Amino acid sequence: MADYRLMKGNEVIAEAAIRYGCDGYFGYPITPQSEVMETLMLRKPWEETGMVVLQAESEVAAINMVYGGASCGKKVMTSSSSPGISLKQEGITYIAGAELPCLIVNVVRGGPGLGTIQPAQSDYFQAVKGGGHGDYKLIVLAPASVQEMNDFVGQGFDLAFKYRNPVMILSDGVIGQMMEKVQLGEFKPRWTNEEIEKMHGSWATVGKPASRERNIITSLELDSSRQEKFNHKLIEKYKTISENEVRFEKISCDDAEYLFVAYGSSSRICQKAIELARAKGIKVGLLRPITLFPYPTKQIQEMLKQVKGILAVEMSAGQMVEDVRLAVNGKIPVEHFGRLGGMIPTPNEVVDALEKQIIKGK
Amino acid sequence: MADIKEIMKEENLVYKKSKVLTDNTMSYCPGCTHGVVHKLVAEVIEEMDIQEKTIGICPVGCSVLAYNFLDIDWQQAAHGRAPALATAVSRLRPDKYVFTYQGDGDLASIGTAEIIHACNRGENIVVIFINNGIYGMTGGQMAPTTLIGMPTSTSPYGRDVKLAGHPLKITELIAQLPGTSYVTRQAAHTPAAVRKCKKAIRKAFENVGNKKGTSFIEVVSTCNSGWKLSPVKSNEWMVEHMFPFYQLGDLKGE
Repeated sequence: MADYRLMKGNEVIAEAAIRYGCDGYFGYPITPQSEVMETLMLRKPWEETGMVVLQAESEVAAINMVYGGASCGKKVMTSSSSPGISLKQEGITYIAGAELPCLIVNVVRGGPGLGTIQPAQSDYFQAVKGGGHGDYKLIVLAPASVQEMNDFVGQGFDLAFKYRNPVMILSDGVIGQMMEKVQLGEFKPRWTNEEIEKMHGSWATVGKPASRERNIITSLELDSSRQEKFNHKLIEKYKTISENEVRFEKISCDDAEYLFVAYGSSSRICQKAIELARAKGIKVGLLRPITLFPYPTKQIQEMLKQVKGILAVEMSAGQMVEDVRLAVNGKIPVEHFGRLGGMIPTPNEVVDALEKQIIKGK
Repeated sequence: MADIKEIMKEENLVYKKSKVLTDNTMSYCPGCTHGVVHKLVAEVIEEMDIQEKTIGICPVGCSVLAYNFLDIDWQQAAHGRAPALATAVSRLRPDKYVFTYQGDGDLASIGTAEIIHACNRGENIVVIFINNGIYGMTGGQMAPTTLIGMPTSTSPYGRDVKLAGHPLKITELIAQLPGTSYVTRQAAHTPAAVRKCKKAIRKAFENVGNKKGTSFIEVVSTCNSGWKLSPVKSNEWMVEHMFPFYQLGDLKGE
């Protein structure tokens, strides 16, 4: 029987992790995502599934606990919000460099610096372009509902293990804090140590039996020619991910003459803006990237046959708009509209921006 | 003269290389303490028959390549973060023997938060702390444990307290934490010291098997390259200068 609840996005992350057989959560409190760890501590999953939940001494320690757990082939995760995610960047690049699977949730708030505790989408560059050093990519999933906060936990772990790559759920303070109806998943048992050895024993540090060479988890390679070879291996992996894992949603696009491109909570605002615009006779649709890496570049390019202009709507000073412009490559006007610092655009503001920046500007 | 083959018999064998040590050429300088301590850890793992159950966490520093020398599964941590990795490994695999192997820059400077909190939580791990008072790998810079007046490449006129503060006796701090069951300071510069040091390492690994919380072993060590002294002179300098400040012996849980 389907299990429907009314829950906060952050609470759902915790519940979904328990139900998906997550082995360990390591976190540090920060607004607006502290409900993730609070929910876990209240639920005591260690009594139910054996899942480890630990409040670390810092975000730095938390992400490195994730590194340690992931190195053992365990399903491990952390969550934080923007300033905390900045602290985790060192660990994230090591995890990417060591090709470890894990799930990282960023419930984004406005910045820079300590900024605000209110929602924003100003960590797009950090998430998608590599917030840490070196050439690496995260697989980035952008939920637009509490339901997707639930669904992307399992899908995120699946992708992480499929590609041995860290996956980030790039949420924001709106999705994390709002309550919606959500259908929770079935309980999945945690992998046993024997199952892990069977599936991941070729690379995971599970203790070296006499029958195999030792497994070493590292991102160090002092021989430059071998490091370059490894970099190319990563590039190939990212290419495969780009070819196979692009996810997006199109809304009211069939007859659209104009297009919004927006992800996460901005895409929800755009849905209302579409209603308002269409009531005024403006045929506008929405392309919602669900994966931010890989980005739905081709899908945007396909829309160029029918739309006259694109408005990228995001709660930032204009970050994702750069990927829209790269896709469009100057063929039609692309503009950005966003509110900043924790301010959330209204649907009316979005329609006004479409009219002023795209339609009348043409 | 007797034929060597006459002498090389099983009954005459008094020493052999541990099977937990690989055949890889060690990257450490001649005279460096790392090689000795690696050997001791390998011997303890072999004698306890826990090769399949041991997971090592190596640091950033000269021993970043420890995974080349001990034939066990290894994780290589970011600078200072080994205790965080070990925390997760030990909690997710309580059936394993987990140890970190860290230098003084790694453990007592950049990783101070991680080591203090892992020890305070009493994570069921062994910490092996090589303290030679200098950053060896990066070329001999001042470490948190550099002695007052000791010259390094970033304290070329000797460590000046006004400029750089005092050397950190982190092991004394660690001994205060309720999560630690065994805290000791050892050396490995003489046969007697090596034997004592091995006994301490053995005890620490046994503590993990007995779920006693954190066991912490500092090994006061030399860095003849960084100290710009010969291996023999380094040992003498260590005895004369390091030992009075970093006094050997058990601090907790003899």
